[in-house]
Amino acid sequence: MDVVQLQSRLSEYLKSLFNDGTLDGQFLQLQQLQDESNPDFVVEVVTLFFSDSEKLLDDLSSSLEQPNVDFRKVDAYVHQLKGSSSSIGAQRVKNACIAFRGLCEEQSIPACLRCLQLVKQEYLYAKNKLETLFKLEKQVVAAGGSIPSLDAGS
Amino acid sequence: MGIDAGMWKLAGSSSSSSTCRRFHASSLGGSSGEVKALVVDDSRINQMLHHKLLDNLGVENLVVCNGKEAVDIHVSGKQFDLILMDIDMPVMNGIEATRKLRDMGIRSVITGISSHTLDHVKQEFIAAGIDEYHEKPLTSAKLLSILNKIKHKD
Repeated sequence: MDVVQLQSRLSEYLKSLFNDGTLDGQFLQLQQLQDESNPDFVVEVVTLFFSDSEKLLDDLSSSLEQPNVDFRKVDAYVHQLKGSSSSIGAQRVKNACIAFRGLCEEQSIPACLRCLQLVKQEYLYAKNKLETLFKLEKQVVAAGGSIPSLDAGS
Repeated sequence: MGIDAGMWKLAGSSSSSSTCRRFHASSLGGSSGEVKALVVDDSRINQMLHHKLLDNLGVENLVVCNGKEAVDIHVSGKQFDLILMDIDMPVMNGIEATRKLRDMGIRSVITGISSHTLDHVKQEFIAAGIDEYHEKPLTSAKLLSILNKIKHKD
Protein backbone atom coordinates (compact mmCIF):
# COMPACT_ATOMS: atom_id res chain seq x y z
CA MET A 1 0.00 0.00 0.00
CA ASP A 2 1.48 3.37 -0.96
CA VAL A 3 1.59 6.42 1.29
CA VAL A 4 -1.45 8.10 -0.27
CA GLN A 5 -3.55 5.00 0.28
CA LEU A 6 -2.31 4.75 3.86
CA GLN A 7 -3.17 8.39 4.49
CA SER A 8 -6.61 7.91 3.02
CA ARG A 9 -7.15 4.84 5.18
CA LEU A 10 -6.07 6.79 8.26
CA SER A 11 -8.42 9.69 7.48
CA GLU A 12 -11.35 7.36 6.94
CA TYR A 13 -10.59 5.51 10.16
CA LEU A 14 -10.40 8.73 12.16
CA LYS A 15 -13.68 9.91 10.64
CA SER A 16 -15.30 6.62 11.65
CA LEU A 17 -14.28 7.26 15.27
CA PHE A 18 -16.14 10.57 15.20
CA ASN A 19 -19.11 9.06 13.40
CA ASP A 20 -19.58 6.29 15.96
CA GLY A 21 -19.14 8.72 18.87
CA THR A 22 -15.89 7.23 20.17
CA LEU A 23 -14.25 10.67 19.88
CA ASP A 24 -15.43 14.25 19.91
CA GLY A 25 -13.91 17.59 18.98
CA GLN A 26 -11.66 17.65 22.04
CA PHE A 27 -9.50 14.98 20.38
CA LEU A 28 -8.91 17.37 17.47
CA GLN A 29 -7.85 19.99 20.03
CA LEU A 30 -5.24 17.54 21.29
CA GLN A 31 -4.03 16.91 17.76
CA GLN A 32 -3.77 20.64 17.12
CA LEU A 33 -1.55 21.03 20.18
CA GLN A 34 0.96 18.53 18.83
CA ASP A 35 3.89 20.21 17.13
CA GLU A 36 7.57 19.73 16.33
CA SER A 37 8.58 20.52 19.90
CA ASN A 38 6.43 17.64 21.12
CA PRO A 39 5.68 15.28 18.22
CA ASP A 40 4.30 12.53 20.45
CA PHE A 41 2.02 14.76 22.50
CA VAL A 42 -1.23 12.97 21.62
CA VAL A 43 0.21 9.49 22.21
CA GLU A 44 1.70 10.62 25.55
CA VAL A 45 -1.57 12.11 26.79
CA VAL A 46 -3.66 9.17 25.62
CA THR A 47 -1.20 6.66 27.14
CA LEU A 48 -1.54 8.53 30.42
CA PHE A 49 -5.31 8.31 30.01
CA PHE A 50 -5.03 4.53 29.62
CA SER A 51 -2.93 4.07 32.76
CA ASP A 52 -5.02 6.44 34.88
CA SER A 53 -8.29 4.94 33.65
CA GLU A 54 -7.21 1.38 34.38
CA LYS A 55 -6.27 2.35 37.92
CA LEU A 56 -9.59 4.15 38.41
CA LEU A 57 -11.55 1.18 37.04
CA ASP A 58 -9.69 -1.13 39.45
CA ASP A 59 -10.43 1.26 42.33
CA LEU A 60 -14.09 1.39 41.32
CA SER A 61 -14.37 -2.40 41.18
CA SER A 62 -12.75 -2.72 44.62
CA SER A 63 -14.99 -0.03 46.12
CA LEU A 64 -18.15 -1.72 44.89
CA GLU A 65 -17.00 -5.05 46.37
CA GLN A 66 -16.76 -3.64 49.90
CA PRO A 67 -19.42 -4.75 52.42
CA ASN A 68 -20.26 -1.11 53.11
CA VAL A 69 -19.95 0.73 49.83
CA ASP A 70 -18.78 4.32 50.17
CA PHE A 71 -20.83 5.91 47.38
CA ARG A 72 -19.08 9.27 47.80
CA LYS A 73 -15.79 7.56 46.99
CA VAL A 74 -17.38 5.75 44.03
CA ASP A 75 -18.76 9.05 42.77
CA ALA A 76 -15.34 10.71 43.15
CA TYR A 77 -13.68 7.99 41.05
CA VAL A 78 -16.33 8.27 38.34
CA HIS A 79 -15.97 12.06 38.43
CA GLN A 80 -12.22 11.71 37.81
CA LEU A 81 -12.77 9.32 34.92
CA LYS A 82 -15.39 11.62 33.44
CA GLY A 83 -12.93 14.51 33.64
CA SER A 84 -10.04 12.68 32.00
CA SER A 85 -12.18 11.12 29.26
CA SER A 86 -13.61 14.55 28.54
CA SER A 87 -10.09 16.04 28.38
CA ILE A 88 -8.97 13.64 25.65
CA GLY A 89 -12.30 13.60 23.80
CA ALA A 90 -13.27 10.00 24.63
CA GLN A 91 -16.93 10.87 24.27
CA ARG A 92 -18.55 7.47 24.80
CA VAL A 93 -16.54 6.86 27.96
CA LYS A 94 -17.51 10.32 29.21
CA ASN A 95 -21.21 9.70 28.48
CA ALA A 96 -21.10 6.34 30.28
CA CYS A 97 -19.56 8.14 33.29
CA ILE A 98 -22.31 10.77 33.28
CA ALA A 99 -24.94 8.02 33.40
CA PHE A 100 -22.99 6.28 36.16
CA ARG A 101 -22.83 9.42 38.29
CA GLY A 102 -26.58 9.85 37.99
CA LEU A 103 -27.08 6.39 39.45
CA CYS A 104 -24.52 6.89 42.24
CA GLU A 105 -27.03 9.24 43.85
CA GLU A 106 -29.54 6.38 44.06
CA GLN A 107 -26.97 4.30 45.97
CA SER A 108 -27.96 1.08 44.25
CA ILE A 109 -25.12 -1.45 44.09
CA PRO A 110 -26.63 -3.55 41.25
CA ALA A 111 -27.22 -0.40 39.18
CA CYS A 112 -23.67 0.82 39.88
CA LEU A 113 -22.24 -2.56 38.87
CA ARG A 114 -24.17 -2.43 35.59
CA CYS A 115 -22.84 1.09 34.98
CA LEU A 116 -19.32 0.00 35.80
CA GLN A 117 -19.62 -2.80 33.26
CA LEU A 118 -20.75 -0.31 30.63
CA VAL A 119 -17.92 2.12 31.44
CA LYS A 120 -15.39 -0.74 31.19
CA GLN A 121 -16.83 -1.79 27.82
CA GLU A 122 -16.69 1.74 26.47
CA TYR A 123 -13.17 2.22 27.81
CA LEU A 124 -11.90 -0.99 26.18
CA TYR A 125 -13.64 -0.08 22.93
CA ALA A 126 -12.01 3.37 22.93
CA LYS A 127 -8.62 1.96 23.85
CA ASN A 128 -8.76 -0.59 21.04
CA LYS A 129 -9.80 2.05 18.51
CA LEU A 130 -7.15 4.54 19.62
CA GLU A 131 -4.40 1.92 19.54
CA THR A 132 -5.42 1.04 15.98
CA LEU A 133 -5.39 4.73 15.09
CA PHE A 134 -1.85 5.14 16.42
CA LYS A 135 -0.71 2.03 14.50
CA LEU A 136 -2.09 3.50 11.28
CA GLU A 137 -0.34 6.79 12.01
CA LYS A 138 2.94 4.94 12.50
CA GLN A 139 2.48 3.17 9.17
CA VAL A 140 1.92 6.50 7.42
CA VAL A 141 5.03 8.02 9.01
CA ALA A 142 7.09 4.89 8.26
CA ALA A 143 6.05 5.17 4.62
CA GLY A 144 7.39 8.72 4.56
CA GLY A 145 4.04 10.52 4.78
CA SER A 146 2.67 13.13 7.14
CA ILE A 147 -0.39 12.69 9.31
CA PRO A 148 -3.38 14.20 7.53
CA SER A 149 -5.35 16.68 9.61
CA LEU A 150 -9.08 16.42 10.11
CA ASP A 151 -11.15 19.56 10.54
CA ALA A 152 -13.79 19.71 13.26
CA GLY A 153 -16.40 20.08 10.56
CA SER A 154 -15.27 17.03 8.56
CA MET B 1 7.43 36.36 24.76
CA GLY B 2 7.10 32.93 26.21
CA ILE B 3 9.80 30.43 26.87
CA ASP B 4 11.50 27.79 24.87
CA ALA B 5 10.10 24.29 25.36
CA GLY B 6 13.63 23.12 26.04
CA MET B 7 13.72 25.22 29.19
CA TRP B 8 11.08 23.06 30.80
CA LYS B 9 12.17 20.18 32.92
CA LEU B 10 9.98 17.37 34.07
CA ALA B 11 10.78 17.19 37.75
CA GLY B 12 8.91 14.04 38.61
CA SER B 13 6.63 11.42 37.17
CA SER B 14 4.79 8.41 38.37
CA SER B 15 2.41 5.79 37.09
CA SER B 16 0.01 6.72 39.86
CA SER B 17 -2.78 9.14 39.04
CA SER B 18 -2.46 10.65 42.50
CA THR B 19 1.14 11.72 41.95
CA CYS B 20 1.55 14.60 39.62
CA ARG B 21 4.21 16.00 37.38
CA ARG B 22 5.66 19.41 37.93
CA PHE B 23 6.91 21.46 35.06
CA HIS B 24 9.46 24.09 35.91
CA ALA B 25 10.34 27.14 33.89
CA SER B 26 13.71 28.58 34.62
CA SER B 27 12.60 31.97 33.33
CA LEU B 28 9.63 32.30 35.68
CA GLY B 29 10.06 35.17 38.06
CA GLY B 30 11.92 37.17 35.42
CA SER B 31 10.94 40.64 34.40
CA SER B 32 9.70 39.97 30.87
CA GLY B 33 6.43 41.78 31.56
CA GLU B 34 4.52 39.03 29.76
CA VAL B 35 1.65 36.98 31.17
CA LYS B 36 2.68 34.35 33.70
CA ALA B 37 0.34 31.57 34.65
CA LEU B 38 0.05 28.96 37.35
CA VAL B 39 -1.74 25.68 36.64
CA VAL B 40 -3.17 24.03 39.77
CA ASP B 41 -4.43 20.53 38.98
CA ASP B 42 -3.73 17.03 40.28
CA SER B 43 -4.63 15.27 37.03
CA ARG B 44 -1.54 14.57 34.97
CA ILE B 45 -3.61 14.63 31.80
CA ASN B 46 -4.91 18.12 32.55
CA GLN B 47 -1.47 19.27 33.65
CA MET B 48 -0.03 18.26 30.28
CA LEU B 49 -2.96 19.73 28.39
CA HIS B 50 -3.07 23.07 30.22
CA HIS B 51 0.71 23.41 30.17
CA LYS B 52 0.81 22.80 26.43
CA LEU B 53 -2.12 25.12 25.70
CA LEU B 54 -0.40 27.94 27.60
CA ASP B 55 2.99 27.11 26.14
CA ASN B 56 1.70 27.22 22.58
CA LEU B 57 0.26 30.67 23.25
CA GLY B 58 3.61 31.84 24.60
CA VAL B 59 2.48 32.06 28.21
CA GLU B 60 5.12 31.21 30.79
CA ASN B 61 3.61 28.73 33.14
CA LEU B 62 4.25 26.58 36.12
CA VAL B 63 2.29 23.52 37.18
CA VAL B 64 1.57 22.52 40.76
CA CYS B 65 -0.44 19.56 42.03
CA ASN B 66 -2.78 20.91 44.69
CA GLY B 67 -4.07 24.01 46.41
CA LYS B 68 -1.46 23.93 49.16
CA GLU B 69 1.35 24.03 46.62
CA ALA B 70 -0.38 27.00 44.97
CA VAL B 71 -0.51 28.83 48.30
CA ASP B 72 3.08 27.87 49.19
CA ILE B 73 4.46 29.13 45.91
CA HIS B 74 2.86 32.53 46.56
CA VAL B 75 4.23 32.54 50.11
CA SER B 76 7.66 32.00 48.56
CA GLY B 77 7.20 35.23 46.64
CA LYS B 78 6.22 34.07 43.14
CA GLN B 79 3.49 36.05 41.40
CA PHE B 80 1.26 35.18 38.49
CA ASP B 81 -1.17 37.06 36.28
CA LEU B 82 -3.40 34.04 35.83
CA ILE B 83 -4.15 31.01 37.99
CA LEU B 84 -6.02 28.10 36.41
CA MET B 85 -7.54 26.39 39.43
CA ASP B 86 -9.13 22.95 39.57
CA ILE B 87 -11.60 22.13 42.38
CA ASP B 88 -11.07 18.52 43.42
CA MET B 89 -7.49 17.99 44.55
CA PRO B 90 -5.84 16.14 47.41
CA VAL B 91 -4.28 17.99 50.39
CA MET B 92 -6.12 21.27 49.66
CA ASN B 93 -8.94 21.72 47.18
CA GLY B 94 -9.31 24.63 44.81
CA ILE B 95 -12.06 26.38 46.74
CA GLU B 96 -10.02 26.51 49.95
CA ALA B 97 -6.88 27.51 48.05
CA THR B 98 -8.70 30.35 46.28
CA ARG B 99 -10.05 31.60 49.61
CA LYS B 100 -6.57 31.53 51.15
CA LEU B 101 -4.99 33.28 48.17
CA ARG B 102 -7.58 36.07 48.28
CA ASP B 103 -7.10 36.37 52.06
CA MET B 104 -3.37 36.78 51.38
CA GLY B 105 -4.20 39.67 49.10
CA ILE B 106 -3.40 37.88 45.85
CA ARG B 107 -5.12 39.78 43.07
CA SER B 108 -4.24 37.53 40.12
CA VAL B 109 -7.06 36.48 37.82
CA ILE B 110 -8.16 33.11 39.16
CA THR B 111 -10.13 31.03 36.68
CA GLY B 112 -11.88 27.95 37.97
CA ILE B 113 -11.49 25.02 35.58
CA SER B 114 -13.43 21.97 36.58
CA SER B 115 -15.76 19.29 35.30
CA HIS B 116 -18.28 20.08 38.04
CA THR B 117 -21.63 21.05 36.62
CA LEU B 118 -23.52 21.55 39.88
CA ASP B 119 -24.59 25.14 40.49
CA HIS B 120 -23.93 25.06 44.23
CA VAL B 121 -20.33 23.94 43.67
CA LYS B 122 -19.78 26.72 41.12
CA GLN B 123 -21.37 29.25 43.49
CA GLU B 124 -19.10 28.19 46.33
CA PHE B 125 -16.09 28.51 44.05
CA ILE B 126 -17.21 31.98 42.93
CA ALA B 127 -17.81 33.01 46.56
CA ALA B 128 -14.26 31.88 47.40
CA GLY B 129 -12.94 34.46 44.95
CA ILE B 130 -12.55 33.10 41.42
CA ASP B 131 -13.06 35.62 38.62
CA GLU B 132 -14.78 33.20 36.29
CA TYR B 133 -15.57 29.54 35.84
CA HIS B 134 -15.07 27.28 32.84
CA GLU B 135 -16.11 23.70 32.53
CA LYS B 136 -13.41 21.23 31.46
CA PRO B 137 -12.02 20.58 28.98
CA LEU B 138 -10.11 23.83 28.57
CA THR B 139 -9.75 24.69 24.89
CA SER B 140 -7.58 27.16 22.98
CA ALA B 141 -10.65 29.35 22.38
CA LYS B 142 -11.56 29.47 26.08
CA LEU B 143 -7.98 30.20 27.06
CA LEU B 144 -7.65 32.96 24.47
CA SER B 145 -10.80 34.56 25.82
CA ILE B 146 -9.37 34.46 29.37
CA LEU B 147 -6.03 35.91 28.22
CA ASN B 148 -7.74 38.68 26.25
CA LYS B 149 -9.61 39.74 29.38
CA ILE B 150 -6.34 39.88 31.31
CA LYS B 151 -4.69 42.00 28.61
CA HIS B 152 -7.64 44.39 28.47
CA LYS B 153 -7.67 44.60 32.26
CA ASP B 154 -4.12 45.98 32.04
